[in-house]
Amino acid sequence: MERHVDQELKELNKDILKMGAFAEEAIYKSIEALKNRDKEMAKKIIENDDKIDELELLIDEKCIDLIARYQPMAKDLRFITTGMKLNNELERIADIAMDIAQRTLEIIDKPLLKPLIDIPKLSEIAQNMVKMAIDAFVRSDIQLAKKVLLSDPDADKLRNLIQKELVEDYMVKDGSTAPRAVQLLLIARFLERICDHATNIAEDVIYMVQAEVVRHHPEKLKDGK
Amino acid sequence: MAKITTKNLNLWYGTFHALKNINSGIEANRITAIIGPSGCGKSTLLRVFNRMNDLIDGVRTNGEVLIDGMNILNGSKDLVTLRKKVGMVFQRPNPFPLSIYENIVFGEKIHGERIRRDKLDEIVKESLESVLLWDELKDKLDKPALSLSLEQKQRLCIARLIAVKPDILLMDEPCSTLDPQATARIEELMRELKDNYTIIIVTHNMQQAARVSDNTGFMLLGELVEFGKTENIFTAPSDKRTEDYITGRYG
Repeated sequence: MERHVDQELKELNKDILKMGAFAEEAIYKSIEALKNRDKEMAKKIIENDDKIDELELLIDEKCIDLIARYQPMAKDLRFITTGMKLNNELERIADIAMDIAQRTLEIIDKPLLKPLIDIPKLSEIAQNMVKMAIDAFVRSDIQLAKKVLLSDPDADKLRNLIQKELVEDYMVKDGSTAPRAVQLLLIARFLERICDHATNIAEDVIYMVQAEVVRHHPEKLKDGK
Repeated sequence: MAKITTKNLNLWYGTFHALKNINSGIEANRITAIIGPSGCGKSTLLRVFNRMNDLIDGVRTNGEVLIDGMNILNGSKDLVTLRKKVGMVFQRPNPFPLSIYENIVFGEKIHGERIRRDKLDEIVKESLESVLLWDELKDKLDKPALSLSLEQKQRLCIARLIAVKPDILLMDEPCSTLDPQATARIEELMRELKDNYTIIIVTHNMQQAARVSDNTGFMLLGELVEFGKTENIFTAPSDKRTEDYITGRYG
């Protein structure tokens, strides 16, 4: 039986997907701007953030309105509360992409410290995790959400590798590289934060689908759970 | 141990199988809500607990209903004692066409022996206090109960039950004729009363069940489909039929 609220939930779903697409695009473009030393693209990401903030407010408003008018229960309630949390996570991801663009603008006019290999790799992991997390939400796919959670340690490892290389091979050996090395360090840290937000989304999706809280309970992710 | 336990409880109205193999444990000093669509058997189940169904011709039951470990379906059980222990509040408040005072002492006069006036006065005060009506009505005790507002009448009916010191209060849609504010006050009263009574409420209003109860049972076509903690039933029910009903997809 199609209920009146179903149409509104579909609209909410669409808005969240739009937010997801904005966030994905912002990460992708922030790293493209860094790789291609594209000042215009970096500036555009910063300008676009207002549009994303507006959508975040709109989605929050819709969720509160749905709760007030329909007093949703069970999976409707879990869908709306998860939608609210996803909305915040995605907005944070877009904010971080903006931070990356700002760091990029700081170093864009200076010579490249080193060829960029690991940062684009980390960015790929981050983009992939965000994409999988959003797909898991769209398809209510627990297995895909779990895959996101399992990817997070790879991102942590790569971030540590980048950090070690920048500190030991550049900053320690030649202090004059520090201003550029610090910006790259920050960018690596930002990308790793994006992975953390993707992990949060995946945990929220697991709650939405099977009403089980896995956040802060890694043992629940073992096989068979 | 549960206050009320049903074991393989079945009930038929003639050939109609109204309760099917109900197994449940209702905890003491908790509010238990029973929800479900019209005709699912929730009021029938409620009325089993004080054997109100006995008044209907052609009713047949089997299985067990244990209250404090005693099977009340055993034919020899004294119904007057049972109904004193298990009181009931109905959808429409039904005070007797007597004074407020006489309404409250009515049960005591039937159940008890001759009681002194000062003892009766005390019962009236205590009962009205426990439903938060004493301050409003203490100077109007000889006024007709039928002159009260709907909410006051419903509170009075609860006070009338409390006067005979039951253990269990059965409430069949107790707020369905009340406005939202009166409903909120009755719900508040239920929360106050649960420290001393075991309360079972049948309600069509799911938000009310979610707000007021500790445990909830969902019934459908005579079956108790799911029974558990209210917070779980309304956020993560385990049976799809419960999910469909509470999200409005049933039917």
